[in-house]
Amino acid sequence: MRGIYRAVGVVAASALALTLSACGGDDSGDDSEAGLTVFGCNPENPLVPQNTAETCGGDPQDLTVAKLIHYDVENAAPEYDIAESIETKDNQNFTVKIKPDYKFSDGTAVTAESFVKAWNYAAWGPNAYQANYFFEPFAGYGAMQCVPPENVELGEEEDPCAKYPPTDKDEALDGLKVVDETTFTIQTTEKVSNLEVRLGYTAFAPLPESFFEDPEAFGEKPVGAGPYQVDEWTKNEEIVLSKNPEYSGEFPGIEDKITFRIYENAEAAYADLQAGNLDVINQIPTDSLIDDKWLSDLDDRGTSRPVGVTQTIGINPVADKSLDNPDLRKAISMAIDRQTVIDQIFAGTREPATGWVSPVVDGFKAGACGEWCNYDPEAAKKLWDSAGGYDGALTLAVNNDSDHGPWAEAACNSIRQALDVECTVDLSRDFATFLTDLGEGKIKGMFRQGWQMDYPSIENFLVPLYSAGASSNYYGPYDNPEFEELTRKAAAAPDLDQANALYQQAEALLSEDMRIIPLWYATGQAGWSDRVQGEVAINAFGVPDYRNVELN
Amino acid sequence: MGKYTLRRLLQMIPVVIGSTFLIYAMVFSLPGDPTAGKCGERPCSPQYVAQFKEKYNLNDPLPVQYVKYMGNVLQGDLGESQYGVPVRDELADRFTTTLKLGVVALAFEAIIGIGAGVLSGLRRGGFIDNLVLVSTLVVISIPIFVIGTVLQLYLGVKWGIFPVTVGSDAPWFDLLLPGMVLGSTSLAYLARLMRSDLSDTMRTDYIRTAHAKGLPQGRVVGVHALRNSLIPVITFLGYDFGALLGGAIITEGIFNIHGIGGYVYRGIGDRDGMVVVGTVTVLVLVYLLANLIVDLVYGLIDPRISHD
Repeated sequence: MRGIYRAVGVVAASALALTLSACGGDDSGDDSEAGLTVFGCNPENPLVPQNTAETCGGDPQDLTVAKLIHYDVENAAPEYDIAESIETKDNQNFTVKIKPDYKFSDGTAVTAESFVKAWNYAAWGPNAYQANYFFEPFAGYGAMQCVPPENVELGEEEDPCAKYPPTDKDEALDGLKVVDETTFTIQTTEKVSNLEVRLGYTAFAPLPESFFEDPEAFGEKPVGAGPYQVDEWTKNEEIVLSKNPEYSGEFPGIEDKITFRIYENAEAAYADLQAGNLDVINQIPTDSLIDDKWLSDLDDRGTSRPVGVTQTIGINPVADKSLDNPDLRKAISMAIDRQTVIDQIFAGTREPATGWVSPVVDGFKAGACGEWCNYDPEAAKKLWDSAGGYDGALTLAVNNDSDHGPWAEAACNSIRQALDVECTVDLSRDFATFLTDLGEGKIKGMFRQGWQMDYPSIENFLVPLYSAGASSNYYGPYDNPEFEELTRKAAAAPDLDQANALYQQAEALLSEDMRIIPLWYATGQAGWSDRVQGEVAINAFGVPDYRNVELN
Repeated sequence: MGKYTLRRLLQMIPVVIGSTFLIYAMVFSLPGDPTAGKCGERPCSPQYVAQFKEKYNLNDPLPVQYVKYMGNVLQGDLGESQYGVPVRDELADRFTTTLKLGVVALAFEAIIGIGAGVLSGLRRGGFIDNLVLVSTLVVISIPIFVIGTVLQLYLGVKWGIFPVTVGSDAPWFDLLLPGMVLGSTSLAYLARLMRSDLSDTMRTDYIRTAHAKGLPQGRVVGVHALRNSLIPVITFLGYDFGALLGGAIITEGIFNIHGIGGYVYRGIGDRDGMVVVGTVTVLVLVYLLANLIVDLVYGLIDPRISHD
């Protein structure tokens, strides 16, 4: 009989204690008026600029890293940052002079050596750095990689570096030479006309001496030459930046402290923004985009602009012989009502594509796709029938771990109605499987493709995707000698304008074959709290210009 | 009871081994290359893949991988996530947060749920009974993410009574609202369970006898009736505690709580086997322990259920 009293009593008492302690808890949850607080997410890798390929680590590093080139926020045009001058006579031998007064946040000077050593480290195959491929154009790149001989088929489990170590003995790119403290030279294997534009990417950042002593410790608390420095990175919680006291460049920040608060989803961040706990976000939850609800939620404290991301539908005519006819692919393209899909599914946050290159980059020319990207169901049907149609159901494969189902369904509907062919969405693969199957040419019918630019140049939307040996060329591969010829000429062109004109011609070739069907260009959004003075700008990469955000 | 506990603890060993092996086999035998998608929208370099496979023992046959993994686990090493963070450290951090959330939710559902169930069970058909029935029906029929976002919008964003999201060290006060959201559905079930059990018990012969003996109402309900009707309720609570810990993904997402649910969810998405297996192992242990405690509590409540 006493047992029950004890049991119930204990439960009640402990519950009471909990409730009490819960109420008495510390309610100073918000971290007082300590500078700018912005949306952040979990970096996938340590914060080494040469080993970061995603925005969670990239956004904070945008502020802590300075490079030779700085991209203008508005038009992504390259401007000299650390570089004093970059000169070349033949697009193959470049002389880089750097400004002598730049310093890393640990006080050491940025020298020609800081660049060359960092680039060599990233290009060294066995280090397996993500940015490795950026150094491909540099002379001596091949000798730095672990490549098995032509006739050897490497087992899937084998590490190429174990058996076939790089042949380069001094672990340095032959194409990089330090001339003096502030000068170094770059030699490329082939002619490159837009090297200057490329050098603004984080992969080309300089690294201080401390990195080479302990790369792992560096990744936890990186040291860069940018306007801000990393004070503290608490995993899963926040990345705190403060002004770099050593910064002497032309692109300083305004606020003394910027905190990236780490969220696992955009919804929670958006709620915090509305409640005033967060100052800037660059991911608006999909529900709130509908009818511009977010702009009314935030009293118009938001902005939107095109960014360097494109979406396409790819077709591999080698994997799917029934689609090995350009006219069929053109008909499919004309059968997709892009604007309606954008309005219905994306709440207007895309722009219909008129070509393969994003409008934000240097060299963009509208209308490369021509009539094939205009919605014209009658013409599409006529062309489709005259080309013989398609037996069975078309499939549109998209990966199922991201929100691709709705638009794929809508695009399929549009195709079904216009061409009178069965069209189904294949959601059977996650992104990992999707990429593997694409790489092995196992996906028939249509498949989704997306591209996010590395650097703002027309070349970046063409060569890495559609040149014969490119790693993301899943289209058969697409191998067009004329395309190769034009891009090679463009790379050798004496100035950017001529190069861009040649790249535009190469882009126009894609419309003949239509293995890749342009869908839309992405736009980026940013919203901010009422603590922010004026407007927040977004750059061509979709990253808010945190440097120039000022609080009231 | 000591013997019984020991026997139950020993029984846990095969269960833990079996379940972790199943999870391990499933996670690591998923089709597709675990490194695909790690390097943006392009395949990773062969060097990267090789380093990755070496690091996570992916080159060994599955049983060997598993034995190596369990060997490390016994030494307290749960491996490293693909973000380079030791799973043990992160799990400890996140588990504390989730445990706090689970305790808040459980306390909320136990106190309100049992209270409401007793009140309505004693007066079947009365005003309180109807109120409880209708309100629990409403809670059960609304999905938890609706409850969560609506409460967050009004109580957090609009009226500022509770914090909108949970702060970095997960203070108790911040967890109050998420705990209520998380516990709401179970609370509704619990209240209904308590109500029907108690009202059944109240109609039994021995309760009538107790009344006839002239015992005060409080003693009849508290000692005679409640004690007997608590058995299924306790079972439910024990099971529910395990479910609250592992299944708080939605609530954790809404309130930005860095807990277990989101960790497993992300681990599955990233094919981060170490994270998934490590977390599931811990969750299996929690389930087993919670059930053991429930079984032991039976004995305290009802001496007829003996563990000797």
